[in-house]
Amino acid sequence: MKLPLSKIAHGRSGDKGNHANVAVIAYTDVGFAWLRDKLTAEVVATYFAPLGATRVERFEAANVRGLNFVLYDALAGGASSSLRTDTQGKTLAVALLRMPFDVPADPEALVRPV
Amino acid sequence: MNRVRIGNGCGFWGDNLDAPIRLAATGKLDYLTLEYLAELTMSILAVQKAKDPNVGYATDFIDVLSRFTTTLNLLPKLKIVTNAGGMNPHACAAAAREILTKGGLPEKAIAVVSGDDIMPQLDELIATGHELKHLDSGDPLSTIRSKVVSANVYLGAKPIVDALKLGADIVITGRVADASLTVGPAAFEFGWGFEPSDLDRLAAATVAGHLIECGAQATGGLWINADDSTRLGNVGYPIADMAVDGTFNIMKPPSTGGAVNIETISEQLLYEVADPAKYYTPDVVADFTTVRLKETDPDVVAVSGSKANGITDTYKVSIAYRDGYMAAGTLVIAGPHAVEKARESAAIFLERLRRAGFTFAASHVEILGTGATVPGVLKFDHEPPEVVLRIAMRDPIRASIERFTKEFAPLVTAGFPGTTGYTTGRPPVREVFAYWPALIAKSAVTPSVTLI
Repeated sequence: MKLPLSKIAHGRSGDKGNHANVAVIAYTDVGFAWLRDKLTAEVVATYFAPLGATRVERFEAANVRGLNFVLYDALAGGASSSLRTDTQGKTLAVALLRMPFDVPADPEALVRPV
Repeated sequence: MNRVRIGNGCGFWGDNLDAPIRLAATGKLDYLTLEYLAELTMSILAVQKAKDPNVGYATDFIDVLSRFTTTLNLLPKLKIVTNAGGMNPHACAAAAREILTKGGLPEKAIAVVSGDDIMPQLDELIATGHELKHLDSGDPLSTIRSKVVSANVYLGAKPIVDALKLGADIVITGRVADASLTVGPAAFEFGWGFEPSDLDRLAAATVAGHLIECGAQATGGLWINADDSTRLGNVGYPIADMAVDGTFNIMKPPSTGGAVNIETISEQLLYEVADPAKYYTPDVVADFTTVRLKETDPDVVAVSGSKANGITDTYKVSIAYRDGYMAAGTLVIAGPHAVEKARESAAIFLERLRRAGFTFAASHVEILGTGATVPGVLKFDHEPPEVVLRIAMRDPIRASIERFTKEFAPLVTAGFPGTTGYTTGRPPVREVFAYWPALIAKSAVTPSVTLI
């Protein structure tokens, strides 16, 4: 079963020079355990492959149920030199959260508590 | 002082001009911080200053201050800490002095923090072994030395503390790490030093500074779950209400829009962070993975548990160098077949430039409305009723970019039906200042504090 990643996580993205960071934050502890296992750096690198990042690294901030992805050289030159509209990677988080993502058959424990 | 309340009323140059005044008027603040300098702002300011020695600072601050004097008269204890000084903090301070005197506040003490601008010593530094290697490529700065327009060290909180010790009501700095604008007032009020035993508290204040430095991004701005009930139109700007042990609450003024909750604060905690266990600042390396967040009241999040992860003997240096020219322009193309027409219009555009004998170092075509902000990642199969065709070019030769800007208008009559939106004239050509991040030994830099 697949759901958009946005059902089980929120996030925010930004830039550091020509690198972008995309933080993905699970809504629940169960969801964080699931994402920690399934949302690997490789999965994110594949999803964003057209951006031409040289490498994707994943860091953990378990205290906020967060996974932080750094996409190296992903911004076509960064804020100063990039010809893109989104020179600072501001839209990468909402783009990643659109990803159809495998969830357990009963995903209730992963989605945002009402 | 048992607690100190620090509010940030400006997250970047371009932020809402009324926010600092509204925050100060209702936030019960001890300190108002105002942050103006993005990575490349300094290069633009450096070029301005080269043309006119009286400019080169964030003029928005003077605009804010001129409408702020009435409020300041009612809040005699409020202190302001800002990096609005940019490339010319002394000129900024002189302009601020004039405004304050006109506003009936001639007694306000203004301090200037400088020493971040190492451009005057750049050749000497390189000659004495400071290679200023690019943090990513490892190339020494000497490879592009002749193109450099600005080189600024990110100073820390210590000179801000020194300025406050001198009795400053307003501290105007050049390049200072954003979080240090908050660390400075906290360290001053609580008597913290910058020794190893102080590092956890400095880390805590760094977390506070990081959370509030982007203004409304801590209080509902960019929040994934923001909707009409979040009332972002009246968003309150963030306040860090801190205790002497470094624990603090993030909140916003009463009766404002926006939201402060675990989600907004978690998102901002990880904003523009690489390894969250190592957030490097001039004051401390902060570990964001030890931070604990708790919602204690509506729109109040308590933050505790902050730890240091060491300290570095280097400052980060932000260097900008000339790297050619660029421009970007848009046309709106309405359907039917808007996407196809936009794609073909771009092809015509590029072919005409080729035929005229122009080549470009880099070009980029976006058909906005089809997922083009994340090119190649988002795919849509629906047919939008209209799209925005955006074409951007970069090249070392200014004349090529100028010619490029003249190719948009002809498509309004010679292109496809439904082409419109060409009302703002030819897009401006701008110089590209590329970014060169580096490190420098702290011992090679001398921060300076002057009371004026």
